[in-house]
Amino acid sequence: MRAVTCGVMLALAPSPALAQQSPYAEYQRMTAENAPTELFELEGEEIWKKRQGPKNVSLERCDLGEGPGVLKGAYAHLPRYFADADRVMDLEARLLHCMMSLQGRSREEATKRVFGNADRGSEMEVLSAYVARHSNGMPLRPGIRHPKERASYELGQKIFFHRAGPWDFSCASCHGEEGKRIRMSELPVLYKPEFARPLMATWPAYRVSSSKIVTLQWRMNDCYRQMRMPEPDFGSETTVALIHFMTVTARGESYRGPAIKR
Amino acid sequence: MSRALKVASAFGLLAACATAPTPLTEQPKATPRDLEEVTATLKRDFHARGQATMSRVELDNVQRICNLHADNPPREVAQPLEEAQLKAIPFPSGSLMGDWKRGERIAQSGRGSMWSDKPGVQEGGSCYNCHQISPKVAAFGTIGPSLAGFGKLRGSSPEMQRYAYGRIYNSKAYNLCSQMPRLGHAGTLNEQQIKDLVALLLDPASPVNQ
Repeated sequence: MRAVTCGVMLALAPSPALAQQSPYAEYQRMTAENAPTELFELEGEEIWKKRQGPKNVSLERCDLGEGPGVLKGAYAHLPRYFADADRVMDLEARLLHCMMSLQGRSREEATKRVFGNADRGSEMEVLSAYVARHSNGMPLRPGIRHPKERASYELGQKIFFHRAGPWDFSCASCHGEEGKRIRMSELPVLYKPEFARPLMATWPAYRVSSSKIVTLQWRMNDCYRQMRMPEPDFGSETTVALIHFMTVTARGESYRGPAIKR
Repeated sequence: MSRALKVASAFGLLAACATAPTPLTEQPKATPRDLEEVTATLKRDFHARGQATMSRVELDNVQRICNLHADNPPREVAQPLEEAQLKAIPFPSGSLMGDWKRGERIAQSGRGSMWSDKPGVQEGGSCYNCHQISPKVAAFGTIGPSLAGFGKLRGSSPEMQRYAYGRIYNSKAYNLCSQMPRLGHAGTLNEQQIKDLVALLLDPASPVNQ
């Protein structure tokens, strides 16, 4: 109850309307009006209910943290600690866990094509959109009380600022200073709540430039590609810790996705 | 609600909020132990793909010092490292001015050194991602300073060519924790490409200096 009250209080705290100051606000508003996210959510619902894998069962009994099959509010409370896996998971790591444990699928098979393209999206992308939709309007309240949740947040913070690779980049190289751009893209300072809030409240999202749903695991993957680093494993502790760190930084913000992005 | 209860619930609320971590206001310094922990985590959680091998996870001394000092090491720590980086730059002899037209294409291209790029092919320097360069190009980033008029302001003397070449080859030789990649040192750009970029910056005919 305390945590709920705290979340509500934070949600009511003023969030600067960064988008309104942006010269791209009008473009963002116009594209948002015709977001085709619903189609992808419907596709995700179909896959959620489809019997698959060696055990030939659907994901309908998947426990995303609110109990088996409970979708309402599940996304708003992720990432969080799961006792059955003894680790912190974000939505995608948890979906993968359910595919493996409930449906009996192998990690290799279930992660063969986690990021789709414009011609064909991926199972993970549409499932993410479908699950996230059920948290619309709810404050982001990722887990932070369990010691492993604490450790995940702290690890994420360390990784965020860790410079490495041939180009000496950390996340903060692009997301560490206010008012900066890469080409025409404005860069949010993701360790600061006023920037993390509007961002984290809108993922996953339909991305106009790639005509598909993009997820946070994809975002981490593609940032590391551009940082010239090797590839992070899908749903790894590293990517989950980064997502956890940024979601905790954004906590209290009302979830309003799946949204639309450039 | 009684006053006592109000006070109690206010305290309860504060206590609940206090359990959530306080957001940072600036970049924190890492400890040697943090660096060990993060490097071990990355080694476990990443895999080689294409040209992006796992050796890229290992820190060199420059990265280590910058991480430990939140990109702001004391002068006496930074200086010897900068000198060592400068010493390691293989400056070619003769003119360092290449072809500014080729330089413009190199500056535009954001490809090279990624797992999605063809190994062994040197493509671009991603320069416009962070810098304004030719005033004709509107889509430029702002992480680095504007380079418009660079040669007009500084001329194209051999010393200036050497500075521009060195700065592109290894920015850390001049500012240890610069955010700019060490494009020559990292193998992203070769000697000719860096010369072409020097020309883009310094050649009086380059659009940068119009």
